[in-house]
Amino acid sequence: MTSRDGRVVTVGFMPLLDSALLVAAHEMGFAEEQGIRLRLVREVSWANLRDRVGLGHFDAAHMLGPMVVASNLLAKRGDLPLMAPVALGLGGNAITVSRPLWRDMESQGATHGAAPAVQATALARVVAERQRNQLQPLTLAMVFPFSCHNYQLRDWLLGSGIDPDRDVRLIVVPPPMLVEALRTGQVDGFCVGEPWNSLAVDAGLGTIVAVSCDIWRNPPEKVLGMSVGYIDKNPEVCGALVRAVVAASRCMSDATCRDELVRLLSQTRYVGAPEPLLRGALNGKIVQSAGGPPVSHPGFFQLNEAATVPLREHAQRFCEQIGRWRQIDFSADEAAQAIASFRPDLHAGFLGSQVNDARGRQG
Amino acid sequence: MTGNSLRVLIVDQNLLRASILEDGLREAGYRDLIVVRDMQNLLRRIVDEEPDVILIDLENPNRDVLEQMFQVSRVVRKPVAMFVDQSDRDAIEAAIDAGIGAYVVDGLRKERVQSIVEMAIGRFKAFEKLRTELDETRQQLLDRKLIDKAKGMLMKQRGLGEEQAYELLRKAAMDANLRMAQVAQSVITAAALLRP
Repeated sequence: MTSRDGRVVTVGFMPLLDSALLVAAHEMGFAEEQGIRLRLVREVSWANLRDRVGLGHFDAAHMLGPMVVASNLLAKRGDLPLMAPVALGLGGNAITVSRPLWRDMESQGATHGAAPAVQATALARVVAERQRNQLQPLTLAMVFPFSCHNYQLRDWLLGSGIDPDRDVRLIVVPPPMLVEALRTGQVDGFCVGEPWNSLAVDAGLGTIVAVSCDIWRNPPEKVLGMSVGYIDKNPEVCGALVRAVVAASRCMSDATCRDELVRLLSQTRYVGAPEPLLRGALNGKIVQSAGGPPVSHPGFFQLNEAATVPLREHAQRFCEQIGRWRQIDFSADEAAQAIASFRPDLHAGFLGSQVNDARGRQG
Repeated sequence: MTGNSLRVLIVDQNLLRASILEDGLREAGYRDLIVVRDMQNLLRRIVDEEPDVILIDLENPNRDVLEQMFQVSRVVRKPVAMFVDQSDRDAIEAAIDAGIGAYVVDGLRKERVQSIVEMAIGRFKAFEKLRTELDETRQQLLDRKLIDKAKGMLMKQRGLGEEQAYELLRKAAMDANLRMAQVAQSVITAAALLRP
């Protein structure tokens, strides 16, 4: 390790369960082991995180995978191209519906704990009935146009023949406002990351009808994003960040480590949700309806080392979704560049040099 | 500057800050100002009011809502300037250099407000121009492909040379007052219909 100067590295994050590896890297000493000191800054919007990385306020930030890909597809049109040398886990999203909508879905065949396809079919019947009765289309929320939440919600709807662009109204609502939006009836349901689904259930306002790992297998989710030029100017910091996140992920197989993480995340400066909700989500044991039993979803939220690899196939999938929903028109060249913004090569390279270092120190 | 006729929409839940901005803009000659505090109807307000520029507090999570709105409808795309309380001149300079469409505004001193608003609009217009140019280039490429295809069909079916085929398309377009790509598309469609 060459850098032991304790350089301060500023990283922006959103108060979500999947900020976990960043919080662990900072609080459990993994960053320090790599010779850097993290300064975690809590943000309120994904657009802010992206722009503040662009402005140089943040060295890196907790980002939506599709947002990184989109920034590259829009690079020629003025967006700052971003890249991702490490992912921050897999999965962790769910779809929650309001109490009135759940009642309607139940009358159309939805049952607690049924497969997402069953629930979606019930929803399709509700949608059709509302159309027959000339009622307003249902309003469903997600957190950002370029997000897995948007695409998972669309895939789930499409699976039962609901056209996400015609049969329902899809809007963006920031996570901290979702529970309130459900309470006031502004939205009938949403797709969001934890702990916001569990919080809605806990408040007696919502029912979870699908979890992301049942919609996509091993769903990609957040990454650590930075500007493309950052790595050239700060290769050591970049390497230290990747190794610190991966070291945190290795620790997550240990129960004590996970308990410690839950305690940290529950603090208001991080996620600020009750420990039992965070623990349930972290361990894939989710209470899906108020007063109901926890339902086990193996692989709901994965934080192991494999889940930190920013795979090209993830970026490829985001590219396809962006094209399929006609969010951005792009050429094959632009797609190739966008897919190359996910850097499994750097991930492997930085970890490789750590192995070499360890050997060097031993020898 | 004709900037004074611009319609500026301010999104801020902090009354005091919004009024400082409002004062600053009025002193700078902006008359057409709308302050929005009700987050629930933000989208509708923006669509209805048709502002030329939107100023939004950096601490407002509704920034992501704006992103979505601009994503869905190109028509309502507006320049956005962000503002925060901390002053950070370097950050603004960096933002301009980096060509980012939203800026962290240097505090809330009134004299700065006007230049920030103008910068945001200027930057936005530059990007829009780039966007339009790119769209046009794409269209030209598509047009050329159509024309080449129609040309090939004419050459094959009527035994024409390349130049003759091109001339034929060009003349047909001129006579009908259509773009060449439109005529080419008609040729291709007609050929598909006539195919036995």
